[in-house]
Amino acid sequence: MEALLDILLAGSFWAAAVRIASPLIFATMGELICERAGVLNLGIEGIMVAGAFAGWMAVYSGLGLWPGVAVALGVGMAFGLIHGVLTVPFGLSQHVVGLGVTLLATAATYYTYRLALPEVTAPPRIAPLAPLPIPILSDLPLIGPALFAQTPLTYLAFGCVLAVSLILYRTPLGLAVRAAGENPGAVEAQGLSVTAIRIGAVMAGSGLMAVGGAFLTMSAFDSFFFEMVNGRGWICIALVVFGAWKPGKALLGALLFAGFDALQIRLQQTPLGADLPYQLFLALPYVLSILALVAMSRRAQVPAALMVPFNRGER
Amino acid sequence: MAMTGPAMRLERIIAPSWSRRLGLPALALVATVAIAAWLAWLAGAAPLTVLGLIVDGAAGSKFALLETLNRATPLIFTGLAVAVAFRARLWNIGAEAQLYAGAVVTVLLGTGAIVLPAPLLLPLIVGAAMLAGAALLLGPALLKTRLGVDEVVTTLLLNFIFLLFVSYLLEGPMKDPMGMGWPKSERLVDAARLPRIAEGLRLHWGFGLALICAAIVWVIQARTTLGYEIRAVGLNARAARFAGVPVNAVILKTAFLSGGLAALAGFSEVAGLKGALTLDLSPGFGYTGIVVAMLALLHPLAVVVSAIFVAGIFVGADSMSRAADVPTYIADLLLAVALLLMVLAIKMTGFRLVRG
Repeated sequence: MEALLDILLAGSFWAAAVRIASPLIFATMGELICERAGVLNLGIEGIMVAGAFAGWMAVYSGLGLWPGVAVALGVGMAFGLIHGVLTVPFGLSQHVVGLGVTLLATAATYYTYRLALPEVTAPPRIAPLAPLPIPILSDLPLIGPALFAQTPLTYLAFGCVLAVSLILYRTPLGLAVRAAGENPGAVEAQGLSVTAIRIGAVMAGSGLMAVGGAFLTMSAFDSFFFEMVNGRGWICIALVVFGAWKPGKALLGALLFAGFDALQIRLQQTPLGADLPYQLFLALPYVLSILALVAMSRRAQVPAALMVPFNRGER
Repeated sequence: MAMTGPAMRLERIIAPSWSRRLGLPALALVATVAIAAWLAWLAGAAPLTVLGLIVDGAAGSKFALLETLNRATPLIFTGLAVAVAFRARLWNIGAEAQLYAGAVVTVLLGTGAIVLPAPLLLPLIVGAAMLAGAALLLGPALLKTRLGVDEVVTTLLLNFIFLLFVSYLLEGPMKDPMGMGWPKSERLVDAARLPRIAEGLRLHWGFGLALICAAIVWVIQARTTLGYEIRAVGLNARAARFAGVPVNAVILKTAFLSGGLAALAGFSEVAGLKGALTLDLSPGFGYTGIVVAMLALLHPLAVVVSAIFVAGIFVGADSMSRAADVPTYIADLLLAVALLLMVLAIKMTGFRLVRG
């Protein structure tokens, strides 16, 4: 108990939680945009892998850090275009295409990695984004290290939640996106194209997923490993459900989840943790995600047209 | 942003011509081969040489062909597992975990815990392994039917959880004390090993069992009420319910069948090929099973052909990458391309994209 209190009172714990949450926040917002427009994007896992690699590789090849983030964004949008075109105008199964895009993005990444770096045994490192402490605020206890001494990409993640909420709920564009996911027929009746809106949403969302991946190689770590995304994409899909398809609640979910993840890492190092198998701690995030899905199942407000292909002139 | 965009819609083709029905999938295959050539060229190798090396490595000799069939065996099982489930629109992405569940049970019962002659022991292990795999999918299936929890995410997350559990077993209770510290189980007793199909032939009875399973699944789908009900649920669950099909019961039965089939992949790999369980038993056979099933259009007999084709690409690419300087990941990349192009081609046999 005392060990637990020690963990919770350390600023490093809260800082770690926010750091772990950052890639999840980007990718969860990305998935949320896709699903609000009516398209399930199971390409998320692979797109995060591609984003992680693309951003890192761009910096390793001599580009600056922010151009690197832009490269990741662009690569994510390209895979989003593939997913969008196949699922929206062609109306293919969103499940099958999504898994196909994950396979495609992952395999393309590994292939390119091997082509670009054939000889290396240990992947090279880059100089990642440095923390940017905000004067005065970063000196606050607990909150300071957690919220005001992170890398700029973390601040961007929070900004991204704000932007997504504002756009979704306060602009005509957001209304069109939400309507495409609830009642696509009404959108067409307004003279707008459901196809264009959905493809656009999937591309924007996929770009954010890739930036989430890039956070791993350019902010959390400084190198690219295979398996480094390790199911984070699937967890983000669970987080969207947990957040009831609302940006604010999804952010809360990501923070909560990351808090548990940071906690399990620290609990492993306590005397209790030494007695229990470490795999139990590692499994905790996945178990929590399933529990969250179960807990939310009754109250979930799924976008009405999620996974329903829209074809003009068809009822 | 242009929210108006081009006005396109799909129009159903009432009676697609044979040239359309055969031509489009053929075009998808040709495009995949062309992309393979391009990828080889990107790697700085001669495209035709690389393609030739892949074919040669997959089927160029008796040894290569047997290697391909061995690799195809688990893929037939996982491909069938996915085909059965997807047909009922039960999105089982958890074949990887179910495979390991079968493997764990095979080791539990086959390392001396039960002393029986092979003709009794093997069926017992098969039954228990199938039950374990089925049990693992039953959870997500129940969550889907009872609470409406999406099974894609739950089965995916269970893969990670179960693999960590296997890692715990192999470092703890199931670790071979003679394993020199490697996380590896004890070896199976002889009576628990699947024999080879013929003396001196490097192919075990797991392959035979896979063919038998494909035939059984085909019979279930084509000739039984359950098969009919599975199709009905997959095509339109609401209409099926209205017509008196017990939709939830059908989904649970499907889950049972699907999980059981995936578990047999684990059984066959341990009892037929490896003889013990390690954490690298499956290089993603569960996930590749999805590609196998989709390329086979979810038809159980076509799964066999598709699994051999997919296995050939993997085995061929492995052997090619040893000879030419092209990464072996070209195999995964080609399968992803083949999958996406094939699903598109199949859809477009029945529809055309028109303006308006």
